[in-house]
Amino acid sequence: MDIRLDIATAVGLTFSLYIGIAIWSRVSSTKGFYVAGQGVPPLLNGMATAADWMSAASFLSMAGLISFLGWDGAVYLLGWTGGYVLLTLLLAPYLRKFGKYTVPAFIGERYYSGTARVVAALCAVVISFIYVAGQMRGSGIVFSRFLEIPIGAGVIVGMTVVAFYAILGGMKGITYTQVAQYVVLITAFLIPAIAIAITLTGTPVPQLAFPDVASRLDGLMAELGFDPYTSPFTNISSANVFLIIMALMCGTAGLPHVIIRFYTTKTVHGARWTGVYALLFIGLLYTTAPAVAVFAKYNLITTVVGEQYEERADWFRSWETTGLIQFADKNEDGIINYGPGQFADPESPNELGIDADIMVLANPEIAGLPNWVMAIVVAGGLAAALSTASGLLLVISSSFSHDVYKAFIRRDASQREELLVARGSMLVAVIFAGLLGIFPPAFVAEVVAFAFGLAASAFFPAIVLGIFDPRTTKEGAIAGMVAGLLFTGTYIVTVAPGFGIGLDPWFFGIAPQGIGTVGMALSFVVTFTLSRLTAPPPKGIRDMVESIRIPRVTKQRVAESAPAN
Amino acid sequence: MACREALDRRDLSPEEDSTVLREYWKRTVRFTFSLLAAWFVVGYVVPVFFGLALNEINFLGGPLGFWFAQNGGIYLFWLLILIYAVGMNRIDREFNVHDLEG
Repeated sequence: MDIRLDIATAVGLTFSLYIGIAIWSRVSSTKGFYVAGQGVPPLLNGMATAADWMSAASFLSMAGLISFLGWDGAVYLLGWTGGYVLLTLLLAPYLRKFGKYTVPAFIGERYYSGTARVVAALCAVVISFIYVAGQMRGSGIVFSRFLEIPIGAGVIVGMTVVAFYAILGGMKGITYTQVAQYVVLITAFLIPAIAIAITLTGTPVPQLAFPDVASRLDGLMAELGFDPYTSPFTNISSANVFLIIMALMCGTAGLPHVIIRFYTTKTVHGARWTGVYALLFIGLLYTTAPAVAVFAKYNLITTVVGEQYEERADWFRSWETTGLIQFADKNEDGIINYGPGQFADPESPNELGIDADIMVLANPEIAGLPNWVMAIVVAGGLAAALSTASGLLLVISSSFSHDVYKAFIRRDASQREELLVARGSMLVAVIFAGLLGIFPPAFVAEVVAFAFGLAASAFFPAIVLGIFDPRTTKEGAIAGMVAGLLFTGTYIVTVAPGFGIGLDPWFFGIAPQGIGTVGMALSFVVTFTLSRLTAPPPKGIRDMVESIRIPRVTKQRVAESAPAN
Repeated sequence: MACREALDRRDLSPEEDSTVLREYWKRTVRFTFSLLAAWFVVGYVVPVFFGLALNEINFLGGPLGFWFAQNGGIYLFWLLILIYAVGMNRIDREFNVHDLEG
């Protein structure tokens, strides 16, 4: 039977589910649209956060990337999970207590400044657009690869579905579709991983099986002339490992689409438990990914390398047509030779060109699993891309409708009017994001460096100091945000290859992905110092900081402390 | 502690109330930053500085340093968040500042 039929069925079923949820969860208030009415239970909110967070890149590309980085792949694993510790301990409970609907709203109010609010809204929009372009592109690629329709048409299908539930249901629609999308994507990720763990080691738990396979892989890699897979700092220097992990962690904690997921619970207590559940559900994928990386690399080397090209495995034949795996018989011996060196370099003895994405995509076939597993993997990849895209689109739309339109253009806008503007800006954002997916700018490849670097150096220090240091002033915060942004932005644009300038890393050889750590430190120092040189914040602001530190709202405190009879 | 006694009577004067809240915040900050110290050790000190040394030890059939960097660290991050959520809930109740529905 044609595998495309299975895939179309799986995609059709999951998409109908998302649309069904959208119709059930449509909203009619701004509170519903921005923060799902603040009534989402922590368990479901944790699932929604996990889907919101895990993008097309986490699902499709991360395991493949790790399988080429070996130990050093830990920068992504630790960086993208450790950020939740910062988020839950330093930001989530306090921003939830603050209770307003967006990150720029917090910055604007805490720093008693419309300028700060607009700067923050602008940063949120830039970060989210860069990120969403990558998601749209990802969903287009999945469609085109598996259903053989053009990338553009694939992007339009994905966009239409997202537009439908995001415009109708706002944050509420997004939250409950994300819960469904989490279930789809985690099932799709785990089934092939478990099946391969069983065939390779007899253990059904990939997390327990992979260290043993990794040490066998070390032996195979040594025979081929590679550094051992399990040795640290073979691909990334130890200083850069340190800086990249820090930038990814603080960037995670500063990304507005992740932060707003903590606004949707009923209580401060619920915001803390959202962190517990979110990292549990994220960890399920993030502890499986390194196992998938090891299994895929092991399978690749044992089934392909050193074999006669004419007798290559079936999955190799079927994936060759996509160009994700390539062979060139450079020494004309008919054998597939693999070793260090670039495939594209005709002088290098390496005859195998492998795209990292194939490590997840080809897994079901390598493991000999039935067609329907492949179909679920495709639905899972789309769920990962769409769930992240919808969270980002909400940030873009609310930055305009709540932080610009309602805050500056028409302060007396009725709730109905603001909701209409929110829906309209969502539609514009979806169309613009789709265009970025169909005609991707070169910097889509720099999503990680750019979005995380900017979030770490613009938002993270301003929010943390806003909560923990009442002395932080508007001048300090604005100067710190701008200094961090300018430094990190300039460095990434001049160094990261996607922007076409491509200077050598000119600041102590630091990789563009890790520069956010330096920008963040700069921002902290500028904010802290300048705050002590300027007039202290007004009394009202110190009261506000005091009140967000206490979970219970004041009126309840008074009622509770009144004598019982 | 004065604030505990004040809490037992339920009619706090504004001064007592602000003492309780100051005490609450001190405890919160101390708890939060001791967990962050653990986060720093788990996220950096062990994987980056002891990665090579730990690889000499065998765990689940492979090198321990590698396992910790790619799996163990994530479990410990989760444990830290869990300890935080449970511990903060306890502190909130002790100071009678918990959300009524929490």
